Amino acid sequence: MENTAVLNKTHSLDSQLKRPRWRQISWQKVLPWIVPLTLLVTWQAVVSFGWVASSTLPSPLAVIQDGIGLIVDGTLPKNISISLYRATMGLLIGGSIGFLLGFVNGLSTHMRALTDSSIQMLRNIPHLSLIPVVILTLGIGEIAKISLVAVGVMFPVYINTFHGIRSVDPELIEMGRSYGLSRQALFTKIIFPGALPTILMGLRYALGVMWTTLIVAETMAADSGIGYMATNAQNFMDMETILLCIVIYALLGKVSDLIAKNIETLALGWQQQKGVH
Amino acid sequence: MTETMLTVSQLTKKYADKTALSNANLQIDQGEFVALVGMSGGGKSTLLRLIAGLEEPTSGVLTFAGGRPVIRVMFQNDRLLPWMTVLQNVTFKQQAKSLQQQGQKMLALVGLADFTDVYPAQLSGGQKQRVALARALMARPQLLLLDEPLGALDALTRRNMQDLILSVCQRQQLTTILVTHDVQEAARMADRIVVIKDHTNLYEERVRDHQDPAEVAIVAERVLQEIVGEAS
Ligand SMILES: Nc1ncnc2c1ncn2[C@@H]1O[C@H](COP(=O)(O)OP(=O)(O)O)[C@@H](O)[C@H]1O
Ligand SMILES: [Mg+2]
Repeated sequence: MENTAVLNKTHSLDSQLKRPRWRQISWQKVLPWIVPLTLLVTWQAVVSFGWVASSTLPSPLAVIQDGIGLIVDGTLPKNISISLYRATMGLLIGGSIGFLLGFVNGLSTHMRALTDSSIQMLRNIPHLSLIPVVILTLGIGEIAKISLVAVGVMFPVYINTFHGIRSVDPELIEMGRSYGLSRQALFTKIIFPGALPTILMGLRYALGVMWTTLIVAETMAADSGIGYMATNAQNFMDMETILLCIVIYALLGKVSDLIAKNIETLALGWQQQKGVH
Repeated sequence: MTETMLTVSQLTKKYADKTALSNANLQIDQGEFVALVGMSGGGKSTLLRLIAGLEEPTSGVLTFAGGRPVIRVMFQNDRLLPWMTVLQNVTFKQQAKSLQQQGQKMLALVGLADFTDVYPAQLSGGQKQRVALARALMARPQLLLLDEPLGALDALTRRNMQDLILSVCQRQQLTTILVTHDVQEAARMADRIVVIKDHTNLYEERVRDHQDPAEVAIVAERVLQEIVGEAS
C-alpha cells in the first residue's frame, strides 16, 4: 500500500529507480508457495535423514520417479483420462438436470409446488449412500459411476440456481416489465444475469462434490481411473503410487477450481468494478 | 386549448383490509406537469403505480383519452442493472444501430456522453438517476411518471436534476406526474400541485410562474399548510 502511494506521488521513472517494480510484486507472488514448499522440503528431509522408514513414507523424489514411470508406460495418462471423462460427463449431466430443475422451479410457481418439497427431501439423502443401490442396479460400469457423480453434482447446482433465480431483485423485474421487455428478454437480461453469481457459486461447490464422489466411486467399484489406481496400489502396498494419486487429486481439484474462478471472472466482470471483490 | 390525456375517477386500491387509495379523482391535460404531494403513506405511489399499470385498481376507472400512451416510470431507486454498462442499461443491450445512436443521444442529453462504457457501481447517485432518466426517455414516452426519483440526492445535485428534468419535459412536451414529499420541489417544477391526504385528493393549487421565487414560496407554504393543517 505504501509503495503504491509513493508511486502515485512521484514520477514513475524516479520511483522505479528507487524501488524496482519486481520488488513490489515479488512478495505477493512468493507468499502462496512458501507453505507447500516448506512441507515438501520437510517431507524430503524426514525421509532422507531416515526419521521415517521409506516404506511407510516414500520421499517426494520417489513419488515423482514413480509418476514418471507410470506416465511412460501409459498407465497414468490412461487412468487420468478415464477419470476426467467420468467427472466431466457426470458434471454435464447432473449439472444440466440441476440447472433445468432450478430454472423451471425458480420461475414457475406450479412446478415449484409440484417438485420442490420432494427435491428438498431427496437432497437430505447423502448421495454416497446410494453406492450399494447403484452397484446392484447398474453394476460397476461407466453408467454407474457417471450416475453417482451426476446425482452428487445435481443438488448443489439445483439449489443455487433455484435460489439465485428466486432472489433476483423483484424491483428490477418490475422495471423490465414496465419498460416493455418480452418474457425472453426479461430472462436473458435481468433474471439470468441476476442469478448468475449464485449459480456459479453452486458450480464451484459442485466441482468439489464431483471429485469426491468420483474418487469414492472409483475406490469402491472400478477397474480403471485414479481412484482404482490408488486402491490397486494399496493391495500391492505401493505407497509411492498411493501418494501420487493423492497429489493428482489435489492438482485436479486445484485446476477445476481455477477454471471455475476464471469463468466467474469472465462472467461477473461487472462485479470487479469499484473493487467489490 | 388543452386536451385531456388522462381521467381518474373514483379510483380505489385496497391491500387486504388496508386502504391505500380511496376515491381519487383527477384529470390531467396533455403536456401538463402535475405534482402529487402529501405525507408518507398517504397513497401517492399507489396512485402513480395504478396510472402506470403496475397495479390493478380495486374499483374505479382510469381512462386515457386517445388510447393508452407510452408510459415510462422513474423510481425512487435508480433500478439500473448492475451487470450492464451505462449505454447497455439505456438500450437494454439491443444491438440495433438506431437504438445505439438514440442511446448515445439520450446520454448526451442528460450530460453523460463520456460515461457510456462505465458500470453503474462507478457512478454517483445523481449520475445513476441521470442514466435512469435517459433510459426512461428512450422510448419517447408520452407520459412520464416520477416517483420521488430525487429523494436520495443531496440538495445541490437535487436542484440540478430538477432543472434537467424540467428542461427535458418542456423540450419534449411531456406530460409528467411527479410524486414528491417536498413542497418546494413541487412548487418549483409543477404547473399544478395535487395534495394527497388520507388516501385521497381533495385539494389542489396552480403555479402560474415557476420563475418567480415569491410565488413559488407562497404556493409551497399554502400547500404545506394544507398537508399538515388540521391533522386529525
Ligand atoms: N403492496 C402493498 N401491500 C400492502 N400495503 C401497501 C402496499 N403498497 C402500499 N401499501 C400501503 O398503502 C398505503 C399508501 O402507500 P403509498 O402509496 O406507498 O404511500 P406514499 O407513496 O404516499 O408514501 C401505505 O399505508 C402502505 O403501507
Ligand atoms: Mg411513495
